[in-house]
Amino acid sequence: MDTITEFLADEHRCCDESFAATEEVAQTGDLARCRASFQQFRAAMEHHFQKEEAMLFPAFEQATGNAMGPTRVMRLEHQQMRETLAGMDDALAGGDLDDFLGQAEGLLILMQQHNIKEEQMLYPMCDRLLSGAAGSVIQAMRDLPAAQPT
Amino acid sequence: MMPAGLSFEQAPPFGVPLRFFLTAPWFLVLAAALLLWQGPDIFASRWLPATLALTHLLTLGFMAQVMLGALLQMLPVVVGVVVPWPRLTATLIHVPLTLGTLALCIAFLSGTPDWYRGALWLLGPSFGVALTAIHFALWRAPVAGGTVIALRCALGALLVVVGLGLCLGGYVGWGLWLPIVTTTNLHAVWGLVGWTALLVAGVAYQVVPMFQITPSYPRWLSRGFAPLMVTILVAWSIFVLAGWGAAAALTSAVLAIGLAIFAATTLYLLVQRRRKIGDSTLGYWRASMISLLASALLWLAVSWIPALGSTQPAELLLGILPIFGFTVAVINGMLYKIVPFLAWFHLQAQLFQRAKVPTMKRLLPDTAIRRQFWAYLAALLLLLAAALYPAVFTYPAALALGVTGAWLGTNLLGVWRMYRRVVQEGSAGSSAVTQSAVVLDRARSS
Repeated sequence: MDTITEFLADEHRCCDESFAATEEVAQTGDLARCRASFQQFRAAMEHHFQKEEAMLFPAFEQATGNAMGPTRVMRLEHQQMRETLAGMDDALAGGDLDDFLGQAEGLLILMQQHNIKEEQMLYPMCDRLLSGAAGSVIQAMRDLPAAQPT
Repeated sequence: MMPAGLSFEQAPPFGVPLRFFLTAPWFLVLAAALLLWQGPDIFASRWLPATLALTHLLTLGFMAQVMLGALLQMLPVVVGVVVPWPRLTATLIHVPLTLGTLALCIAFLSGTPDWYRGALWLLGPSFGVALTAIHFALWRAPVAGGTVIALRCALGALLVVVGLGLCLGGYVGWGLWLPIVTTTNLHAVWGLVGWTALLVAGVAYQVVPMFQITPSYPRWLSRGFAPLMVTILVAWSIFVLAGWGAAAALTSAVLAIGLAIFAATTLYLLVQRRRKIGDSTLGYWRASMISLLASALLWLAVSWIPALGSTQPAELLLGILPIFGFTVAVINGMLYKIVPFLAWFHLQAQLFQRAKVPTMKRLLPDTAIRRQFWAYLAALLLLLAAALYPAVFTYPAALALGVTGAWLGTNLLGVWRMYRRVVQEGSAGSSAVTQSAVVLDRARSS
């Protein structure tokens, strides 16, 4: 049986891969391929955010009785990343790959410092707090259908 | 259920780490000026007052300055604990550290006990505040992963370095009796191996896999490396103090092998990186890890071939490689990630949807980074050459050092200037909007 930490850290690695692939295409200057790759990457990010926001964070908040703690900051950071992703989308719509790559640089650091906090602290805490219920939370996250970016 | 003190709050104000980052490069320029002034004689021995002043301009002025500033910035991210009163804490560390470094260098150059005492009165409290604030945060860390373990070890080592440094200052300032050669060697090795290498390792465990998108460090290394190195450092120190030459040589060889393993692992991870686009800081990581590997191999050679160890160039290379090669490179590279990112991050927070925020690459263009990197590389190679042929290479090395330092400083200042301009334009824009809204409201109500 997976732990929450393993399951979601794996998703982070998949998003990282997708990010690297998009950045690589952007550098070749192929706008059409870059758009396709970026849409895939953005959808993967959004799906991951929604799994956490709809399933994991509520379970954590219920277990701790605290909705203003770490999950509040994690939601805020998701919002920051969504805004940057939207900015990158605008850059692609305008055909400005330099601006796109510049914003990607910032997004990567936002993503990674967010991942550090989750993988080092939040996920292990979830595994500890939810122990028995962790399996059903993972299953619920697996079953969550992908939705459109908000 | 929440562990005490756990906070996921965002970064401290930009000014907290920035003051350290904007000050540090100019100490490289001061080091270059000292090198120009003293000329090739400075490479005659590592014990010359001017050589000691040069070393401390680099280690205290550049290295400690950035390391402490960066720790105040990254502790909330990595361990989830905020340093209390960030602005006040930063001021209490930054001002006396800057003045104390200058005072210590004047003390070395003038040989006046008063200056040594002054330096001690400044550096002691500065490191006192830093150690207290950072230890306070680190020991409350809720989860102890590889990075937290390494940072704790590094901070423990810093305590030893500062303690020994203050004792050495006491020797010259107040006539405290000490075995001066042994104490100096312990001070240097704890500083470079205990504090610096372990801090870099702790940061690398996070930064290398995440920003270059490489596989993680092996678990045995990220959890075991730092505690093992500290244990061996303690054993080595005891053998050195007890005068057990063979045991000391054996343990120092183990330390060198440990450093080599860390450097080689990092280089190997960088080869496997999946972020294929030319990242501007990659060159710095490579230069840094190759220098660390070279330092370790040279140290190993010196411990087993004593005839080599007593030669002047070997001693100088064992200073230049770890200080200017390994540490200055990795710090320089990291500054190019940290400073533009923080500027972008704080601009986004402040100007949220009121103005377009320039991207990291616009705040600091890749070309500016790449060119300064070549200047850095030239300075490193010329300094290494100067250790072997001081008469020929000292002046070119000094010039290259000055150029790379000033260039780094200018690049970072450029980021700060653009940050301020955008903030001013953004707030001017928004106040114009508010004013016109007020006028409109009045017109409507009248």
